[in-house]
Amino acid sequence: MKSPILLIIQREFITRVRKKTFLLMTLLAPLLLAAVMIVPGLLASMPEDDKSIVVLDEPSILVPEEGTSQFSLEYLNPNEFDLETGKTFLRESDKDALLYIPSGNGWDPDFIKNNILLFGKEDIGIDLQRFVERQLEEKINQQKLIRQGVDPDVVAQTKTKVTIKSFTMGEEGNEETSATPLKMGLGYIAGILIYFFIFFYAVQVMRGVIEEKTSRIVEVIISSVRPRQLMMGKILGIGLVGVVQFLIWVILSGTIYAVVSTFIYPEIFAQQVSAGPGSPDLSTVDQTNLFSMLNSINFPVVLSGFVFYFFGGYFLYSALFAALGSAIDQEADSQQFMLPVTAPMIIAITTAMNVIQDPNGPLAFWMSMIPLTSPISMMIRLPFGVPMWQIALSALILVGTFFGVVALAGKIYRVGILMYGKKVTWKELYKWLKY
Amino acid sequence: MIRAKDVRKQYGDKVALANINLNIPSGSIYGLLGPNGAGKTSFIRIMNQITAPDSGVVLFNNEPLKPADIGRIGYLPEERGLYKKMKVGEQVLYLAKLKGLNSSEAKSRAKEWFVRLEMEDFWEKKVEDLSKGMAQKVQFVTTVLHKPALLIFDEPFTGFDPINTNLIKNEIKRLNQEGATVIFSTHRMESVEEICDHIGLINNGKVMAEGLLLDIRKHYMNGTYAFTTREEQNFSGMDVLHRDFQHIGHTATIKSEVYPSTLIQKLAKENQLLGFEEVLPRVSDIFIDIVNNGPKPMNS
Repeated sequence: MKSPILLIIQREFITRVRKKTFLLMTLLAPLLLAAVMIVPGLLASMPEDDKSIVVLDEPSILVPEEGTSQFSLEYLNPNEFDLETGKTFLRESDKDALLYIPSGNGWDPDFIKNNILLFGKEDIGIDLQRFVERQLEEKINQQKLIRQGVDPDVVAQTKTKVTIKSFTMGEEGNEETSATPLKMGLGYIAGILIYFFIFFYAVQVMRGVIEEKTSRIVEVIISSVRPRQLMMGKILGIGLVGVVQFLIWVILSGTIYAVVSTFIYPEIFAQQVSAGPGSPDLSTVDQTNLFSMLNSINFPVVLSGFVFYFFGGYFLYSALFAALGSAIDQEADSQQFMLPVTAPMIIAITTAMNVIQDPNGPLAFWMSMIPLTSPISMMIRLPFGVPMWQIALSALILVGTFFGVVALAGKIYRVGILMYGKKVTWKELYKWLKY
Repeated sequence: MIRAKDVRKQYGDKVALANINLNIPSGSIYGLLGPNGAGKTSFIRIMNQITAPDSGVVLFNNEPLKPADIGRIGYLPEERGLYKKMKVGEQVLYLAKLKGLNSSEAKSRAKEWFVRLEMEDFWEKKVEDLSKGMAQKVQFVTTVLHKPALLIFDEPFTGFDPINTNLIKNEIKRLNQEGATVIFSTHRMESVEEICDHIGLINNGKVMAEGLLLDIRKHYMNGTYAFTTREEQNFSGMDVLHRDFQHIGHTATIKSEVYPSTLIQKLAKENQLLGFEEVLPRVSDIFIDIVNNGPKPMNS
């Protein structure tokens, strides 16, 4: 004879894994994820849309700049054209845009910078506008310098770019190369994974509870097993589905990424690693540096932290969601209760950037202690190195809260699953705790 | 089989069971009767250990209820259903295993029941593809599959079609003859009157009357008599509850304070009396009587 909780876990797992939607999600998600990783690379390598611009440059600021391969510049003679005839010229030509730079009174750079106009046949596009602005800013700066009697070449020579090599003092006094961008990426991605996992699967626990309630099977079940066993069995069973799905995703996306990047589009990926669109800029890091960077991250702590907060967060939230599910009759009623429960998680994600910028500041500290936010916030901090006592305290609070919440959620659940046709309020839920 | 001693259950301010005492004898078919909200389901949930009493104790075979007793009880709740997306066979086995049966035992017993109730072809179907009557049969099988010593049916025949009602009533009677104690809980008292041998009447969380059905009906006899006479009768001055004409003669049910022998004499003098009997009150009438006038003391 099997223990009832194992039977429940087994049923929850098998019925979910056998569903067609599970198969679909499990196979499609890695494809989507791979697409997210691959498509930017593909797009970046696509030929760009060239634009040609006619320039009516009265003060001859831009002349003889020819533009780039993407944006070519062509000049109208200011003696033959004014703004109106320039516009007519644009309309009748195959050019894409007209840039008008007025000379104003006495070639005053401040007047000029405020009165430059750009006309496009169609929407001009942010790239083109930025290109023109950058060009003009440089030229006008030079003009200003000349007017002040400064040689622009001298200024150019004095321009300095500072590159700091930052180190973290290791505990034994050996210095480690700081790997801030890498840590940022690692923490952020891990935090987001936990966020999605909690959201996706804890809500499934709620759905499962509602399903048992609306199909009216729940009373039959709890005449055989304790309500808490049913609740925990459900949480564990769905968690197991999540872990399996998650592992398949990791393996599949990794495989797809590896195959595509080594066999199908190797050139693009070589570019992408050095250009790194959207990801932390690693282009300045050479091979040996990267190695010492990786060494500066305490991977055992980060990994075990990930596993701990991954499950800790899921268990905590799924117990809350189970209690919620028991209190309502249909999923449509869940909205008013969902928001207060999910708000901490949303706050944890929205403050992720602040935590990354100051991973040992007060915000980061408190967010990683509060159990409803710590699974995400602490995870984000972990790659930066967190004092051991803080990790221990945060873990302790999370575990303690989990047991407290399970006790409370269990009480609400026990009453809620047998309550039909009643619109439940927060006050009512509080009363159930005392039944 | 079941003995409740001073069982109290309160939800917030609402008293569901006010220190009730009940005795459900082994081998009986027991009707737990009362209107909606009387406390029937609260008591049933305590027997099933879904909730615990605030005070008092429930004895199962003279011992306080313990978790292992769950496997000896079969319970069909009023709010009943099945997993819609699960296959019937799987679901029956799952519920049986939760009750402590092992796989092979559960399977062979389930197959037996499926043959008996002519539902072999349900096995591979999903519950959502069954008709309501079919689902009811499945539900019944899951309740009795683990051969419980005590069967509890809460509002068993609401939602059952007449054919299923009969079929299941007969199966329940058979299980009772094989030794199972059966509890029917319902507010539709007339629906179980004919099969129960014991009843407990409860109202507002209190037991109003309990015992052998026949004893209780006798105890609450209230001077109601049925006569059959050749000619139509003039019952002037008497409380006539019901009149009818059948091929044999005129029947009338009257209520009277007068002794039956006096009544018979009076009627026989004027008429040809074909039949006479004292009418036992129906449970629903007893219930109304108790609610209006309070329980009748045993020595009256």
